[in-house]
Amino acid sequence: MKILVCVSVVPDTTTKITFTDNDTVFNRSGVQFIMNPYDELSLTRALELTETTGGSVTVITVGEADTDPIIRKALAMGATDAIRVDASPKDGMYVAAQIAEQAKEYDLVFTGRESIDYNGGQVQGLVAEMLQWPLINVATQIDLENNEVVASRDIDGGREVVKSSLPCVISAQKDLCEPRIPNMRGIMMARSKPLNVVAATDKYDYTKVSKYELPPAKSGVKMIDAENAEQLIDILHNEEKLF
Amino acid sequence: MAVIIYAESDNNTYKKSSLEAITYGKDLANKLGTSTIAISMGTVGPQNLGTYGADVHIHCTDNSLSSFNPQTFANTISTLANNNSGDVFVISQTYNGKSIAPLLAVKQDAALVTGIVDMAETEGAFTVKKTAFSSKAIAHVELTANKKVLSIIPNSYKIEENGTEVSTTEQQVGSASANTTIVSTHKETGKIPLTEAELVVSAGRGLKGAENWHMVEDLANALGAATACSKPVSDMEWRPHSEHVGQTGITIKPNLYIAAGISGAIQHLAGVGSSKVICVINTDPEAPFFKAADYGIVGDAFEVLPRLLKRVKEVKGI
Repeated sequence: MKILVCVSVVPDTTTKITFTDNDTVFNRSGVQFIMNPYDELSLTRALELTETTGGSVTVITVGEADTDPIIRKALAMGATDAIRVDASPKDGMYVAAQIAEQAKEYDLVFTGRESIDYNGGQVQGLVAEMLQWPLINVATQIDLENNEVVASRDIDGGREVVKSSLPCVISAQKDLCEPRIPNMRGIMMARSKPLNVVAATDKYDYTKVSKYELPPAKSGVKMIDAENAEQLIDILHNEEKLF
Repeated sequence: MAVIIYAESDNNTYKKSSLEAITYGKDLANKLGTSTIAISMGTVGPQNLGTYGADVHIHCTDNSLSSFNPQTFANTISTLANNNSGDVFVISQTYNGKSIAPLLAVKQDAALVTGIVDMAETEGAFTVKKTAFSSKAIAHVELTANKKVLSIIPNSYKIEENGTEVSTTEQQVGSASANTTIVSTHKETGKIPLTEAELVVSAGRGLKGAENWHMVEDLANALGAATACSKPVSDMEWRPHSEHVGQTGITIKPNLYIAAGISGAIQHLAGVGSSKVICVINTDPEAPFFKAADYGIVGDAFEVLPRLLKRVKEVKGI
């Protein structure tokens, strides 16, 4: 079993988002970067699966050299080796094309449900279609049975259990597992594990961000005395006409 | 040239977000000087899609479409687009929509933007606004390819019902069979799905335990709202993870978000900050959530929620 886990490097969840260059570039200064939380889950589950069935876990990132510390963390968590496609990730289509190029020899490709920076949720579907593999999106449980994947996935208002042959692409949702924390031995071993840097293929240039803006600020809170809490309902009903 | 819209249905009725997508598609088609084709599969709803802005409605009757599979559904939409010169696709970003849109983009060699929250700008460069950094920012994205797949966040666009009724054309598209098998499906019945809810009542650790959630549920039921919770609450398993809203949970955009006993950490705001009206109830007057709120009550949820419930019942006469 060979699993390829796609890892995205994103700003920490507590980051205050600001922009530079006339609101065209995300301001990275002073920002702490982390492994995308959903990718942490898919990596952990991939490690758990290969520890039971045997096999290897390769992590792949599309990014420049500044993503190496996060790749080393993935190796410290237990991944066998890593691939870094040496390019700045332009958009979902571009990233997916890079991953599809590397993924052909694997049995499974794991991603997170979405990255918490651009929130596209695109890469899993794009990679699946580029490779013509089945897609299981937003999975909360992943198991292997007789060379098939059985997964539980979120749907609107519930869940469904889906079965697929291999190879296939699966994206991870919260609840899949508890993310693994690297231990000292893992951190030491990660230093000597292979991190292969490969060149990007120049495919897809279909979108570009022309500008960022912050969501409109609220005009200020109207406080209502707890003793007159009912007033809130009257306002929501009569003035805001929400129900 | 045509704008293709996927009309998703569930339980023999069209999803509200699909009707939003149809109106969105119609307004976009008007800007582009073209017409709209709505495509439905599986079951149809009772509504006439023309009312919402469909100029043509094609219903696919293939047996392979009776249950959801991303590839067969995307194949069907793609085939029909090729037969009808469709080049712009409008998909509502439901769970199914999230799986269909990327597949369609590859099949059509189209630019793909997900998380769209507003009508496209078509004068000059074709540009859309999408949510970014988990709702902490909005990105303006230019689509430079000829074909475009647009995935619209539910509750971002207002439904218009002033169109002319159209007749439905039934068609077999001949999609291949599904490449995944659905083993079982479990749906919460009688509950409003959080992602589609217009009104949401949510609570956090301030409620002190799962046993107190009846206060949240009672208020939600009286309002016709969905229930949600903060991350600690789902981590402690007071509530299922499917109710967790926030940066690592579900992102929602309801018309009303009532939060009781939630302090409003930046990660929570990321998931709910684009709600149209936010009401915060907290004992701590310094809770950061008040800064992001429209209405605030400094008080104990155990006293305030029952008072709100009583008033809602009076107002609605229930």
